[in-house]
Amino acid sequence: MTITRPQNSGEKQWRLDTRRIDDDLLEVSCGGRWCLDQDLPSAGVILAEGGDGLRRLSFNTAQLSAWDSGFLAFLRALLKLCAERGLTLEQAGLPKGVRHLLAMAAAVPEQKVARRSSVGQSLFFQVGAATVEFFRGAPEMLHFLGEITLSLGRLFSGRARFRLSDLWWEIEEVGPRALAIVSVISFLVGLILAYLGADQLRLVGAQIFIADLVAIGMVREVGALMTGIIIAGRTGAAFAAQLGTMQVNEEIDAFKTLGISPVDFLVLPRMLALMLMVPLLTLYAAFVGMLAGMLVSTTIFDVGMFEYYTETLRALDVTHFLVGLSKGSVYGGMVAYAGCLRGMQCGRSAESVGKAATSAVVTAILLITISASLMTIIFYRLGI
Amino acid sequence: MNGAPHIEIRDLTMAYGEFVIQRDLNFVVNKGDIFVIMGGNGCGKTTLMRALIGLQRPARGTVFYGGEDFWSVEPDIQARLKRRLGIMFQGGALWSSLTLAENIALPLKEYTALSAPRIAEIVSFKLALVGLGGFEDFYPAELSGGMKKRAGLARAMALDPDILVIDEPSSGLDPLTARRLDDLILELRDSLETTIVVITHELASILGIGTNSVFLDTETHTMINTGNPKEAVASGDPKVRHFLTRGAE
Ligand SMILES: Nc1ncnc2c1ncn2[C@@H]1O[C@H](COP(=O)(O)OP(=O)(O)OP(=O)(O)O)[C@@H](O)[C@H]1O
Ligand SMILES: [Mg+2]
Repeated sequence: MTITRPQNSGEKQWRLDTRRIDDDLLEVSCGGRWCLDQDLPSAGVILAEGGDGLRRLSFNTAQLSAWDSGFLAFLRALLKLCAERGLTLEQAGLPKGVRHLLAMAAAVPEQKVARRSSVGQSLFFQVGAATVEFFRGAPEMLHFLGEITLSLGRLFSGRARFRLSDLWWEIEEVGPRALAIVSVISFLVGLILAYLGADQLRLVGAQIFIADLVAIGMVREVGALMTGIIIAGRTGAAFAAQLGTMQVNEEIDAFKTLGISPVDFLVLPRMLALMLMVPLLTLYAAFVGMLAGMLVSTTIFDVGMFEYYTETLRALDVTHFLVGLSKGSVYGGMVAYAGCLRGMQCGRSAESVGKAATSAVVTAILLITISASLMTIIFYRLGI
Repeated sequence: MNGAPHIEIRDLTMAYGEFVIQRDLNFVVNKGDIFVIMGGNGCGKTTLMRALIGLQRPARGTVFYGGEDFWSVEPDIQARLKRRLGIMFQGGALWSSLTLAENIALPLKEYTALSAPRIAEIVSFKLALVGLGGFEDFYPAELSGGMKKRAGLARAMALDPDILVIDEPSSGLDPLTARRLDDLILELRDSLETTIVVITHELASILGIGTNSVFLDTETHTMINTGNPKEAVASGDPKVRHFLTRGAE
């Protein structure tokens, strides 16, 4: 029997013949080129019509002009098939290099490791697994919160070990370097707020109250919220990626083995930097937003600049600022918490660093939204 | 071919900015050589490798492959020359989002017309060659350091390259595995006529398999041509003998 490819053109292609030379012996002749750049046959074709009584296979490679791993992989697959069917494969007819490499591949026995099933799971299963995963995550989140609290305790009793230079570096990174993006976003948000208010207030001729709306809105809520979200995307993701990469490089393990708490050394400076800087950024955002409101009111809705200014001063008092500052601080803490948590939970591969960064942003925005609602309700109840 | 040497390094100077790592390197790697690049930590072995494989343009000088000047030919010729190389990086450099099987299959899928079952057979053969049979479905993060290294070698060998460039194959391997790897390198040279450029400071490997070598000196920032390491250890430059005898001479 000859098994060749139709467009076979001399030495360029592989050739395969089988010949029954004895009752129990099949001779396999391989000729031509058996290389990776060709479409090589499957080992199954040889045994497909093996017939009864076949016990042995031998090789004739006199016509073989070139071979590489393609040939070796073919032979190895054939070896496996023969082993399954109890046939012996006589390697004497194979080139020496082929025999050596096959022996090397067989030198270390294959590990019997459980193959992962990659079959698609049903939707129910996936939803269930995700739910279980979520509830498994909750204690871990609380545990990390506890560690941070302990670490803060060590900080206030002066026993936390971290470098002040790290804190300064983080403060510069999260504060001044975020000014540009915070300016742009809060200016636009101030603008939107002013337009939104003007639309309604103009109906009753009370444009001047745009000032109240923008001032109180920006200072109490929107300044902190926008800053929180910007920082979540900008800094939260960065924290997760930094700590995640350190996890991959075993840097965090190195801290642990030295008895230095990675939470003290890595998380604390980041946490403090955000809790200090986000309130300041919040104030700044509120200020820029009010400027935008003034710009819109004076140029488009005929409010005098001085009127707007005095109305703004009248509307604001210290409690509004305190509310805004406290929200900023809480959001900053949330972002740092989410970023560091996801970074510390990171796996050991580049892919998991990406996942950690994504998950940090999602977690941070979720935490910000939840705490924003809670605080609004609490402040309302307290009448602040 | 045209009689030009297989690989020729001519007047090569490598630097990071102003900081010269190695200067005026000149040597030839012949077909079928197991060429050892040796030298102390930080002498510039990996940097030299990056210039050889087209990752980092040298500050001066160039590399010829079969007479073609790698650093001045068109990008498509560079790409063709690169296809002749299989590279194992010092840290394995496995793609972490792919399983071992997928790591090795990727170059095969990209550059051959083989069908999926054939590729699977080749992948399993390559993994078996480096002693990792059965680990097809593992992700790199689930392997030990030495296993990652061997998997990196399996990927470098995926396309049966003409030239195999290996950065520190045996560091981090147990002595038996290291020995098996040396045997594999020898066999690849003998059977598949692969030319092998190996960066190593594993003395047993240098003396066991090297057929030609250079020594990169950290102090003078230049090379010492050392020829066959077995002869260098007996009668070579004193600095090289000092290195190859672990400071005994
Ligand atoms: N990206 C870089 N920028 C600047 N200097 C570098 C860079 N990478 C390496 N170097 C310097 O180049 C020199 C050579 O580094 P290289 O990694 O080539 O050493 P090596 O010989 O491979 O060492 P080892 O045996 O430890 O692997 C070192 O002094 C190192 O400090
Ligand atoms: Mg190196």
